[in-house]
Amino acid sequence: MVPTDLRYTKDHEWVRVDGDIATVGITEYAAEQLGDIVFVELPDTGSRLVQFGTFGVVESVKAVSDLFAPLAGEVVETNAALAGRPELVNTEPYGGGWMLRIRISEPGQLDGLLAPDAYVALTAAG
Amino acid sequence: MSDGGHSPIRVTPLLEQHQALGARMVEFAGWVMPIQYSGILEEHRAVRERAGLFDLSHMGELFVEGPEAGAALASAVVTNPPALVVGRAHYSMICAADGGILDDLIIYRLAEEQFLVVANAGNSQLVSDTLAERIRGHRAILDDRSLATALCAVQGPRAAEIVGPLTSVDLTALRYYAIAEGVVAGIPALVARTGYTGEDGFEVFVETARAGELWHALLEAGRPYQMLPVGLGARDTLRLEAGMPLYGNDLDRQTNPFEAGLGRVVKLDKPGDFVGRAALERVAREGCARTLVGLTVTGRGIARHGYPIYVGERQTGVVTSGTQSPTLGVPIAMGYVATPDSAPGTIVEVGIRDQRVSATVVSLPFYRRPR
Repeated sequence: MVPTDLRYTKDHEWVRVDGDIATVGITEYAAEQLGDIVFVELPDTGSRLVQFGTFGVVESVKAVSDLFAPLAGEVVETNAALAGRPELVNTEPYGGGWMLRIRISEPGQLDGLLAPDAYVALTAAG
Repeated sequence: MSDGGHSPIRVTPLLEQHQALGARMVEFAGWVMPIQYSGILEEHRAVRERAGLFDLSHMGELFVEGPEAGAALASAVVTNPPALVVGRAHYSMICAADGGILDDLIIYRLAEEQFLVVANAGNSQLVSDTLAERIRGHRAILDDRSLATALCAVQGPRAAEIVGPLTSVDLTALRYYAIAEGVVAGIPALVARTGYTGEDGFEVFVETARAGELWHALLEAGRPYQMLPVGLGARDTLRLEAGMPLYGNDLDRQTNPFEAGLGRVVKLDKPGDFVGRAALERVAREGCARTLVGLTVTGRGIARHGYPIYVGERQTGVVTSGTQSPTLGVPIAMGYVATPDSAPGTIVEVGIRDQRVSATVVSLPFYRRPR
């Protein structure tokens, strides 16, 4: 099951919306698929992101995976804890493993995100 | 299943055991193998701190037997197998006439007239065919028992305590790079004190039909020591920390032993010709344009296979293996650089996506087990 207060993308990112700020991370399903995460590369604050454009990478022991912006906007904060503790993405994917916060520039894009049960269905379909 | 019409995909005799342990399976060198069970970092740590159990049944086991088995092998590989005392082993390579490496090997002397050659899974058929060809004209035969042989390894500081009670072989008398015949868990076996992790450990060869029994016995014996089953993912991080090259990454058909730092393995002073002698003598005389080095990344990012290596604006080489080192906590890598840039202490940069990340050339290995 996935947190019901979040929205999701087909690339396995989650979004928590608070006013015009969206907090973004990757789902437990994604973290599980990746295995032990050893490195996270995030953009600089102030960067402008395009919806579904890549904003960084998450690296497991064996592989490098792109991260895709669920929404367009400006990066206002990144999770500094991930530099020293990338494993937070595995242990607390929806909490301490958050990756960045965006000031949403196009609120209409929120409607296109997946609801929790739609995301669960997507992962069940494999 | 098949890999495009060549050979069928193979499974080890322990597939069900891996699945029962929740392993994530992957196709490797034509075999379905476990890449991880509980997680690569946890498995890696288990081997460094206690012990890990590996299924290596995909490896090739080639027996060369007969009155001229030693001489036949000496003409086929870069080492001098006749110089091995019975019960001893050495690391070797089989090269093409141009000196390019076809595979790296461990050769064990089981008897005066019997040798066991262990080849990498992906090269096993090629090595088998090449050895068969090269020993022709000698009084020796090649018996490829790869599919009839299963191999399990226990690697880690507690390995001797785990395997010792199960075997008739006196492990206190079994030196590093030695092999003995005996019984393990009631099963006829060869027990070798060799491995690919940089830890103490044992590789146990049994017939395929008894693999499940062996695996189960070892797993149970290791329980009180919190031994874990370990997959290919951690096998790779362990060997990289130990500075051991991987064929397909750090060694390939275009690589010669000298540029890979393995010149000492080539016994140019052995009597008789061997395939690759002329080419390798020339390399030994003339030196190599490039050299395999270890790198420790000092900037932020993980150097991986295929990433370019720079000195200033000039690309000097390429990374061949790289990962985040679980033991050292920093990214480590092996790669080729132009020989003038290969001295330990040389500062280089690795191209990681659009960044240049600082790294330093270091001597191998990155990790040595405490004695």
